[in-house]
Amino acid sequence: MDLIEVTKVSLEALKANKTRSGLTMLGIVIGVTSVILLTSIGSGLKTYITKQLEGLGSNAVWVFPGELNMNAGGGGEGVPGAGVAASKFTFDHIKQLEGESRTIKAVMAYTENNGMMRYKGKSLITQIAGVGPDYQEIRDQKVVDGSFFTRSQYNSAKKVAVLGKTAAEDLFGQEDPIGKKFTISDQRYIILGILEEKGAMGSIDMDKQVIIPATTAMHQFDMEYIQSLWVQSQDSESVPQTKEEIETILLKTLDDEEFSVLDTKSVLGVVSSILGVLTAALSGIAAISLVVGGIGIMNIMLVSVTERTREIGLRKAIGATPKNILTQFIVEAIVLSFVGGFIGILLGVGGALLVGRFFTTTITPWSIGLAFFVSSLVGVIFGAAPAYKASKLNPIDALRYE
Amino acid sequence: MSALLKLVNVSKVYRPDSHPIYAVKNANLEIKEGEFVAIMGPSGSGKSTLMHLVGCLDTPSSGKVLLEGKNISKLSEEELAKIRSQKIGFVFQTFNLIPRTTALDNTALPLIYTDISLRKRKQLAEKTLKEVNLKDRGDHYPNQLSGGEQQRVAIARALINDPLIILADEPTGNLDTKSGQEIMAIFTRLNKQGKTVIIVTHESEIAKYAKKTIKIVDGEIV
Repeated sequence: MDLIEVTKVSLEALKANKTRSGLTMLGIVIGVTSVILLTSIGSGLKTYITKQLEGLGSNAVWVFPGELNMNAGGGGEGVPGAGVAASKFTFDHIKQLEGESRTIKAVMAYTENNGMMRYKGKSLITQIAGVGPDYQEIRDQKVVDGSFFTRSQYNSAKKVAVLGKTAAEDLFGQEDPIGKKFTISDQRYIILGILEEKGAMGSIDMDKQVIIPATTAMHQFDMEYIQSLWVQSQDSESVPQTKEEIETILLKTLDDEEFSVLDTKSVLGVVSSILGVLTAALSGIAAISLVVGGIGIMNIMLVSVTERTREIGLRKAIGATPKNILTQFIVEAIVLSFVGGFIGILLGVGGALLVGRFFTTTITPWSIGLAFFVSSLVGVIFGAAPAYKASKLNPIDALRYE
Repeated sequence: MSALLKLVNVSKVYRPDSHPIYAVKNANLEIKEGEFVAIMGPSGSGKSTLMHLVGCLDTPSSGKVLLEGKNISKLSEEELAKIRSQKIGFVFQTFNLIPRTTALDNTALPLIYTDISLRKRKQLAEKTLKEVNLKDRGDHYPNQLSGGEQQRVAIARALINDPLIILADEPTGNLDTKSGQEIMAIFTRLNKQGKTVIIVTHESEIAKYAKKTIKIVDGEIV
């Protein structure tokens, strides 16, 4: 009796109870589907964020207020507390960094506030970023129309603004905004230029932003300190040195816990570790349904063994060995979970592709392999007990069973 | 003719420690090749136990069961299964066909546990069904067959491995008289062709078909 034969016999037995077999499989189907779907969404999210961060440039370094303790691959400890601590950064710090460091190419003040813009009765609440004159280079976003503010306009805190594409369209419609005046919280600003389209960066839509000189933003929003510093290192190799230099320079005037220096790598590390834990937790919950599905299989197999006691007795009487019977019922359980797993994979991949139309998903081959392996394993494990019970039946008693 | 099957001082005891019950006590029996034997006895007489011993479904508590001179009393479950597969063909009172497969597949069922190739199995099953006059019923399911026909499928199933012994346990018990006669006619014909047939029954009408009758009362052969 070879494996193909046993599989055929099992399929026949399962076909005889189509509804029951289908419902039993459903547990495995749901388990496998959710494992694949959740891991796809998890890794999709990771890919998406990684791409976004990489868009910031490999030689970018940020200085944030407070102690963030963001170490690459720092496991679960490095939960960031961004924005909680009050900033202590001043324009003197920028001067010191520019003057004393050897690897820094540029330092830029960065602030973020929400403000109300008005133009000819139209109003729009949007994010207003205060940046330095090196913004175009540091952020790699160029002005496509008009011009950016100059260093002297920056130094004298002129009320000038550069608009993101969407912000310009929202406020000015078909009008050419360059040279026009509008107000931010009743302060009049002149529009110098329009930035190229950049798309969303995480939750922030870059194209909806309004950019003004950070010096102006300090007055506009009545801030004493700069929210964060954006530093550009000479090249990606000197990023570690830049980080060290920043720390040394800032420690002269600030305490260790008053600032944190981050680069793309360390942010990536934290993000991937958080997402990794999240994905694992969600998949773990999904995997529980696989176990529940397995118990369903065991239950049905036990019923099946009892129902087919006479058949087992007959098979033994005509020459089936206990091993033959054991194999038959285990294969039956495996076929149930295997087919369930297969359908689950189809649904999971299909679902991931569907979700992928609205949101980034990455279907990972390992999750499919794992789902396949686990569902078959579930069949073996949960089929073993009923199959063993069947193989141990005494043929005489089994034949007498009513 | 040589002794095909021999029971020497065979006993089967249940609950040997507390209150021993002898289902079969000191049975001595010899069945020769080509014989047609009826084992008769009222219910509870131990004839079923005797049949299980003869059919290698059970092993004795004491004594020896010799099949073709080989002692099978101490064999393992696996070894007994192999002997049943090759040498014994069972026919039961309740037919015991598998309802979800056709008459042909039911007939071929014992071949699953042998090395015979798939194509040969089909040929054999068709040939054997023909022997019990069910040539055209191969693709029918058990519930599409009459009781007599189902029992004939069961006989075909018993015959397919060309066993040494056909062992039938009350084969007409669930059938009307006419179907019962047909079944007995088949057994008679098989015996004429040289098959050894053992029938367990409590009906003397049925026992009459056999050439030899063994009576068992309270576990003892009389």
